[in-house]
Amino acid sequence: MMSAMNDTPFSVDKDALLRRLRLYLPDRCLLADEEDLRPYECDGLTAFRELPLVVCLPENEGQVIDILRTCHQQGVPVVARGAGTGLSGGAMPHAQGVVLSLARFNRILRVDPLARLAVVQPGVRNLAVSEAAAPHGLYYAPDPSSQIACTLGGNVAENSGGVHCLKYGLTVHNVLRIRVVSIEGEVFEMGSEGPDSPGYDMLALFIGSEGMLGVVTEVTVKLVPKPELAQVVMASFADVAKAGDAVAAIIAAGIIPAGLEMMDKPATAAVEPFVKAGYDLDAEAILLCESDGTPEEVAEEIARVTDVLKEAGASNISISQSEAERLRFWAGRKAAFPAVGRITPDYYCMDGTIPRKRLAEMLSAIADMERKYGLRCANVFHAGDGNLHPLIMYDASKPGNWERAEAFGAEILELSVALGGSITGEHGVGIEKINQMCVQYTTPELDAFRGIKHAFDEQGLLNPGKAVPSLHRCAEYGRMHVHRGQLKFPELERF
Amino acid sequence: MTLDEIVQAVRTAHDSQSALRIRGAGSKDFYGGMLSGELLDVGAYRGIVAYEPTELYITARCGTPLAEIEAALAERGQLLAFEPPRFTGASVGGCVAAGLSGPRRSLAGAVRDFMLGARLVDGTGQVLNFGGQVMKNVAGYDVSRLLAGSLGTLGVLAELTLKVLPCPTAERTLVFAMDADEAISRLNLWGGQPLPISASFWHDGQLWLRLSGARAAVDAATPKMGGSEVADGGSFWASVREQTHPAFAADILWRLALPSTAGDPGLTGLRAIEWGGALRWYAGEQEAARGAAARLGGHATLYRSPESLRCLEGAFAPLSPAMLALHRRLKKSFDPKGILNPGRLYAEF
Repeated sequence: MMSAMNDTPFSVDKDALLRRLRLYLPDRCLLADEEDLRPYECDGLTAFRELPLVVCLPENEGQVIDILRTCHQQGVPVVARGAGTGLSGGAMPHAQGVVLSLARFNRILRVDPLARLAVVQPGVRNLAVSEAAAPHGLYYAPDPSSQIACTLGGNVAENSGGVHCLKYGLTVHNVLRIRVVSIEGEVFEMGSEGPDSPGYDMLALFIGSEGMLGVVTEVTVKLVPKPELAQVVMASFADVAKAGDAVAAIIAAGIIPAGLEMMDKPATAAVEPFVKAGYDLDAEAILLCESDGTPEEVAEEIARVTDVLKEAGASNISISQSEAERLRFWAGRKAAFPAVGRITPDYYCMDGTIPRKRLAEMLSAIADMERKYGLRCANVFHAGDGNLHPLIMYDASKPGNWERAEAFGAEILELSVALGGSITGEHGVGIEKINQMCVQYTTPELDAFRGIKHAFDEQGLLNPGKAVPSLHRCAEYGRMHVHRGQLKFPELERF
Repeated sequence: MTLDEIVQAVRTAHDSQSALRIRGAGSKDFYGGMLSGELLDVGAYRGIVAYEPTELYITARCGTPLAEIEAALAERGQLLAFEPPRFTGASVGGCVAAGLSGPRRSLAGAVRDFMLGARLVDGTGQVLNFGGQVMKNVAGYDVSRLLAGSLGTLGVLAELTLKVLPCPTAERTLVFAMDADEAISRLNLWGGQPLPISASFWHDGQLWLRLSGARAAVDAATPKMGGSEVADGGSFWASVREQTHPAFAADILWRLALPSTAGDPGLTGLRAIEWGGALRWYAGEQEAARGAAARLGGHATLYRSPESLRCLEGAFAPLSPAMLALHRRLKKSFDPKGILNPGRLYAEF
């Protein structure tokens, strides 16, 4: 079991901290007994666990300010937390710290259909925003797979994506303004309800900063008109390289589909018995390509996509003829993680991105790695934007199995960097990929990240040990082992 | 020109603690705070480094003219969707540094939304790479987007990678007669419907709209919108993008960025409305501009003016003391000696 890896030692007087917190937090907002702390020991990456000293559940911004000021004065680490569905351990507590849960910031403050925006508290669930906007024919575009549970605050921290981000963008493209409390208890507004704001684009810097720069207390999101229609084309390929080329051909034809996803044969074999989506089990890879817009637009795009896929050598093409069929086509893709979880005792999900043109190369390298490590791997991809989720199957109860899975995963991530990509497309660095940051960035680049951190949080109290490795850690990398990732919330859809 | 020459110039300035004024093509010398320091002309550091149409990105050195980049993209049926102004020979470095976007911004997004990666020479002469050439990358802070609009105060933007998109297959321009209030109200109503509006421009009692997208989508939307079709839409939108349209002809021009639904700020001299109501241009001295914009939830930029006025007013809306302090700390972390474009964004740093 991995414990908190403290790059910086903290020495916190728990009694003094609690005495101070009790001055302004009622009992219902403060947890300090072990049994109450236990549910907070990890996020969606359950292999990394730590009990915090205290969990605070503030109910208003004034309390957030008080908590942060106290922690600042007493030198206490603070880990902000939304729903805890993150997959990189970003919300794993600090043993000497406070977990600041925004769970009670769960109100939608305003939906303005004319200005097409919603002002929400950070603990509001992603899907709840679209539900509140639906009566106006609007929705919030980013749709991370955990959207029924994950919160807007967490989405801001991770710059979450979703299957539709190729066309509709990531969180950074869909958030207009945030209210942030700094570790010193100062309130900042970043962005605005207008198109931009004066000075540096602090909003862009803050989104995806993994709880390292401040605590979000309010989020204004952009709402967009709901497309009238969506349709999916499903295509089979006898060769994964051909499927990869088909993805490039669609883009080359000037089409930006609403979604463009790929699954390889091990992935379809795992999901089909589970969801009966009607996947072609003989195909080496299947592509799902979604088109949305007006009925005229969709008809035109579907016709063009179909032509491109035929040209690219698709062996079988089906087009969804109803909303039910569209959802059925997607069901398998959405259930890929839990389906793989049914055929293997354990699996380890990776999140690298690569240039699309290197897809075939990556897949063939993964096939070699399967032989090298003696483990199977099912591959599901956000093919449109080159974001891979290889699912490495292993059995933790067998000696040496995890170590091989871990080495397999590290090789995939490091190959992603070598192919011109990144170690993480959407899950974040957190604690999980902190060592690979030393591979992706040079020392001066990591120093620049540390400089930014210092500008916001001089004492390094916000989420210490995450996202940006210390110099010391990079020096140690190679000696240490990152333990297996294990998914919590197996019932959630995972893309 | 080589990257090493840029690095050497920055190092020398760093060692002697002397200010540098970074310049690409100089097409936006009018924009922002005062120009000071020794000229570091990076216009000659140019050329497209990589362009992969199917990967949807282009990487170019900072001095590369936008015209050259857009010509290369056009050959493959692609474009810079934020439609930046070129003015007189603008370079891609200056385009990102100034962060100015054009008519398509309200649909497609701003410069920052298309930033994928940057190679930066910081204020100590170090070469740093942030982001990359992939669409999704959440490893490390998103520095490349931060650089858009930073006016060269955080580093020399030596090489930039931008996301590119396919050109729409069809475009059509419509014109309507209506006053400013009605235009703002109609634009917001249309904005909430799935209509392919890619640009809007109001001036002097007329509203122009551009529809872009699949042929079928543009055809289907046209009868829903009304208005009358404009024959030469292309050159009309070019005049908006390049601000050669008569609406922009003023010695003093204020740019108000507001919530699209914001009411009348109570200023005289309204010249134009863009971006679905979110961008409004006013001519003349406007003592009340900053206060009015702030009350409406936006901000006012003294976009174009004689130096004396910009010196007095500052180009950009003042920051709160805490936000200014944060800017200074961030600036210091990239440029500890404050040698890069001092005063170009704010007089304080």
